[in-house]
Amino acid sequence: MTPEKIHDALNAAHPGAVLAFDPNPKLPSIKVAPSAWKAAAKTLRDACGLDYLVCLTSVDRGAELEAIYTLETMGETRAPIHVRVLVPRENPVIPTVEDVWRTADWHEREAWDLMGIVFEGHHNLVRILCAEDWEGHPLRKDYKSPDTYHGIKNNVT
Amino acid sequence: MAESIQEINLNNDSPTRDNILITSVDQLVNWTRRSSVWPMTFGLACCAIEMMATGASHYDIDRFGSGPFRATPRQADLMIVAGTVSHKMAPRVKRLYDQMPEPKYVMAMGACTVCGGPYIKHGYHVLKGVDRLIPVDVYVPGCPPRPEALLEGLFRIQDKMKRERVLDRERKGLRPKLLVE
Amino acid sequence: MNAPHTNTPAAAPSSDVRSEEMLLNMGPQHPSTHGVFRVVIRTDGEIVLDSESHVGYLHRCFEKHCESVSFLQSVLYTDRLDYLTSMGNNLAFSMAVERLYPDLKIPERAEHIRVICAELNRIASHLLAIGTYGMDIGAITPFLYCFRDREKILSIFESICGQRLNYNYVRPGGVAYDIDDSMIAAIKDFCGYFRPKAQEYDDLLSNNDIFVRRTANVGVLPKDLAISYGVTGPSLRGSGLKRDLRRDAPYSIYDRFKFDIPVGTGEKGTLGDCYDRYMVRVREMIESLKIVEQAVAQIPDGPFKSEQLKGKLRPPKGESFVRVENSRGELGFYVISDGKDVAARVKCRAPSFHNISLLSDISKGCMIADMVAIIGSLDIVMGEVDR
Repeated sequence: MTPEKIHDALNAAHPGAVLAFDPNPKLPSIKVAPSAWKAAAKTLRDACGLDYLVCLTSVDRGAELEAIYTLETMGETRAPIHVRVLVPRENPVIPTVEDVWRTADWHEREAWDLMGIVFEGHHNLVRILCAEDWEGHPLRKDYKSPDTYHGIKNNVT
Repeated sequence: MAESIQEINLNNDSPTRDNILITSVDQLVNWTRRSSVWPMTFGLACCAIEMMATGASHYDIDRFGSGPFRATPRQADLMIVAGTVSHKMAPRVKRLYDQMPEPKYVMAMGACTVCGGPYIKHGYHVLKGVDRLIPVDVYVPGCPPRPEALLEGLFRIQDKMKRERVLDRERKGLRPKLLVE
Repeated sequence: MNAPHTNTPAAAPSSDVRSEEMLLNMGPQHPSTHGVFRVVIRTDGEIVLDSESHVGYLHRCFEKHCESVSFLQSVLYTDRLDYLTSMGNNLAFSMAVERLYPDLKIPERAEHIRVICAELNRIASHLLAIGTYGMDIGAITPFLYCFRDREKILSIFESICGQRLNYNYVRPGGVAYDIDDSMIAAIKDFCGYFRPKAQEYDDLLSNNDIFVRRTANVGVLPKDLAISYGVTGPSLRGSGLKRDLRRDAPYSIYDRFKFDIPVGTGEKGTLGDCYDRYMVRVREMIESLKIVEQAVAQIPDGPFKSEQLKGKLRPPKGESFVRVENSRGELGFYVISDGKDVAARVKCRAPSFHNISLLSDISKGCMIADMVAIIGSLDIVMGEVDR
């Protein structure tokens, strides 16, 4: 389905969910409200045929944190569509879509670990890449790497 | 005339230490030890691929006696730390080192284990050098070091073993130190 | 701040016979886990009831580095992601940076060199995958044969860019150094040498009875599960889906070359089992050889890097997402630039991250030894899982 058709299908099924649409052919993207994301995800997978979650990118935009879901249909060969969900920095909560695309399980754990976005409803939201007792979310712009970790000096330059 | 066994002084500075009998035994034991240094498979990252290439037929570490790579630390002599050690992996490295029986040697292979490598400045999760965790005998720099460099590191370990003494139970003077900062 | 860490898989359903269950820890140091990968397995004797994978033991902060060093310096960190296909990683990142520039043309010679290097790297990576897979199953000899041929490719790369591993060669704008006639002659020699050798691996391993019985009908990956998990590359093609970015969404100059896409057919067992994934890799090596031969025959003279991207790279403000078909699947980079010489955000979409996440699903009910066969057939590299 073309990005325009996907946009129309989303608007029809969930009025008010789509906040913006950029039909740029190199990077088509749709901005979706966090509260409507779970339902919109199901529509994207079932009605629009986007059965393949390529990537979940988490970005620190300053006042907001963004999760960019890159979606594609496995049998098609066009540029993938990117769905953006923005949440405020103080309370970054996005509903989980691990039951829609199975791969979102680990991607959401990584976004929680590195950026600190909380995915509501995830069955096991624990750190996946950093050590279990690591503190802080490293990919945030204001992150300071710890000076020591369990007594071993960490910042040496 | 050698003294009886009860009278031999086992201290390092005893005048009986370097008598001819013990020196030959030293040489024999050191030769057998250094000709069969069995490494432990401890490949973590890219350097592991060069370690595998050293074990393959082109560079063939087996001709120096180090062919059998033991997976278990209980049977290994040499721990070649090949690859970046992260903070999550560090407790496991320490545990494996503790499980190795004496005499044990550690080779830090690759820039990441020497000092943190390319990750030294911004790597928050990278241990900046494995000598912050376990004492290292030989450092082999490179990213990754060529198989010839790894073999050179093995020869340096073997040279260290040449200088050891059978009566010296604790490898005094030859045991490396932990980096303390 | 974090939920308490759990590493015990879900409890097994009760049955009439109360047998002993055991929690077995495999890794992170293990001869067969292909890097620092840890699986906690709940077993009933030899049968695996459930398993939980733990990754992150090689987290080397790649994305933070890309936000701290310049674009050109980030290329060397991309090498170390999937350290077996460094050329492919460099290519993906370079293309993502180049996409930020409007109307950028890469010279023809550079494109040909990129394709040759990427495909030779694919052959080297598959050789290692096959060799270590045989070693996991218990056959030591194919490992030595594969490394013998890998050394030839590595010496070609060494003459091209000075490194045997972690090449840092394909850069935004083209490639770092030019190749001369002696290197092209060496590549042509290798093509003539390798074709009969690929048949050797087939004879050694593919029809070996023990190998077939260890890998056929083991770790069957159904197509819809693979799509839901975002699996790509030989692991997806082994399940019968003919998807390859080089043919479906051609990048660089791949649309000029003729090659086939091997898929699994369930020839020795079920469609999507370990044997199918293994055979896809064996056949892909010959297809890559065809591409190299065609590229070497067509390579034109000319510049090896673009004039526009010389000096310090300051891509215009924007975002780009580019994927390439690497040996393990689709490697993608999402690059966000603020117009400065340091990226604002770089996200790496690693194929092995997706491929290994389905391990607990496809290993239920198999034996512990089959677990080793499944992990080997998925062909993961922890450098790109943990980034």
